[in-house]
Amino acid sequence: MAEGDTTTLERPFYEAARGEADHPHSLVARFGADAPLPLDAGGMLSPFQIAYQTYGTLNAARSNAILLCHALSGDQHAANVHPVTGKPGWWETLVGPGKPIDTDRFFVIASNVLGGCLGTTGPSSTNPATGRPYGLDLPVVTIRDMVRAQSMLVDHLGIQRLLAVVGGSMGGMQVLQWAASYPERVFAAMPIATAARHSAQNIAFHEVGRQAVMADPDWRAGRYLVEGTSPRRGLAVARMAAHITYMSDSSLHRKFGRRLQDRDGHTFSFDADFQVESYLRHQGEAFVDRFDANSYLYVTRAMDYFDLAADYGGVLAHAFKGSRTRFCLVSFTSDWLFTTADSRAVVHALNAAGAQVSFAEIDSDKGHDAFLLEEPEFSAITRGFIDAAARAVGVA
Amino acid sequence: MSPRDIAIHDLTMKEAARAASGKRVDLLLIADMVAPGSRVLDVGSGDGELLELLATTRGCDARGIELSREGVNAGVARGLAIIQGDADLDLADYPDGAFDYVILSQTIQATRRPKWVLEQMLRVGRRAIVSFPNFGFWRLRLDLLVNGRMPSSDNLPYSWHDTPNIHFCTIRDFVDLVGEVDAKIERATALNASGHPVRVNLPWAVWNLLGEQAVFLLSRKD
Repeated sequence: MAEGDTTTLERPFYEAARGEADHPHSLVARFGADAPLPLDAGGMLSPFQIAYQTYGTLNAARSNAILLCHALSGDQHAANVHPVTGKPGWWETLVGPGKPIDTDRFFVIASNVLGGCLGTTGPSSTNPATGRPYGLDLPVVTIRDMVRAQSMLVDHLGIQRLLAVVGGSMGGMQVLQWAASYPERVFAAMPIATAARHSAQNIAFHEVGRQAVMADPDWRAGRYLVEGTSPRRGLAVARMAAHITYMSDSSLHRKFGRRLQDRDGHTFSFDADFQVESYLRHQGEAFVDRFDANSYLYVTRAMDYFDLAADYGGVLAHAFKGSRTRFCLVSFTSDWLFTTADSRAVVHALNAAGAQVSFAEIDSDKGHDAFLLEEPEFSAITRGFIDAAARAVGVA
Repeated sequence: MSPRDIAIHDLTMKEAARAASGKRVDLLLIADMVAPGSRVLDVGSGDGELLELLATTRGCDARGIELSREGVNAGVARGLAIIQGDADLDLADYPDGAFDYVILSQTIQATRRPKWVLEQMLRVGRRAIVSFPNFGFWRLRLDLLVNGRMPSSDNLPYSWHDTPNIHFCTIRDFVDLVGEVDAKIERATALNASGHPVRVNLPWAVWNLLGEQAVFLLSRKD
């Protein structure tokens, strides 16, 4: 962590620092010169690759595929042990044999987003033009670019129509974009704890995170991989600030209150006296071991730029005009990052478009993170919605 | 008024009046008023029983609004499109003429703004169907006359101070409200205590005495 730690490494020292970027511990779909990815920022990305995992078996009719879309700090390891952290997949509460998204019945696909750092092309991937990591030379990507890339992966897997596209937070933005861009390819859509546009408050939080990264002298204007440094402190602070927004006041209070960390009284210093401080420091530290700082900039930026209505003349309902996709939106009472009002705005637009839509607000004090945690009512409604969709298309 | 209260009330009504088929009589009556293949919004859809009835027997595109999370979960699990929401607020979110029918079954007496709700129903739908317990039913009148207390019954089991039903009306009161919102009564049926329709060729005053509940099909005048 201290400056100069990496100066003793042999070139190219960034190989080790980039972890999973080029050769991830997962499946990889590579798209060459014949399949360039058009980007909203202009130009084409080529070649590029998508790292993904699948669970379960695709049926003969190719009708049982469910695509999972991950959130800001997620990846393709939704339901398997994570190759870097050794922890369970991020959605094992919901995805697995016999679970609401049942891998005994469905072919579940989870891919790392464009701009990510777990094997899909992102700023830590090798730029084929230079042989070095892209860094900030990678064009800024959008949610729509991410979804366009995912649609190429779904093509690559030989799947015409997805039984369902499911995701929370930024994953929910991707679900909405899927339904708007490829309505005929999405039978059922489940956007969870999300919004059709990123709010000013959310952009503000992201900006704090990005400034923390960029204020770290080890960031080196984004060239840290080439220069052999790592903006660990900046990224850790970004993660600490963001983590607060994922929890509710009451869940922080329940978990930590004002309890002290391994001490009997205040130390009258700036050490981590309180458990909540110690917890946040740990969250920050753990994050930098698995996430690339530039990816954090790119992916937060993609969320900031997301405003689905803007692509449809400012009228969100137009994004879903004539849609035959069935929707189920879910929000959580204590989520103040993506509120029930955000979900209701989408429901309103879907109603105006005449789309088939269900909506449930789940009572939870766990804040935005509730969608990743054990929430029985959320599990039940997910199971019901997915099962009903499967019945409707004749998936056993 | 809590979501759960409405759900409980709904169950009580359900058990009170079931046809041989096991369906609520008022729901069968309502379904009978709906033209096949139409677009329907059921406000206070409970666990989705009417929506399913309309979808399976009338080929309708049927959607619901329901306050209780349990009701929404049960309906979504049956493959129905149900939005968790409050009739008193969320009807405003629907565009004009989005549905052929908007249905309010055994719920109007639990709304805070019955007149506003009825107006919204007739804005959002070309027709509105309303079923409600008739407070003019002879047994309730007798109960008040003899006992001098707020009436309660199997269908209306709540005490006056702890009830989701804050806006009771009689059939005649409802007919007045229909006039106030300038709607047209296309059909009306009253059900007696055993769930059978009261004979149609009797005046309102008699319906108001004999009907334990009533079902009205309304349309806009224009």
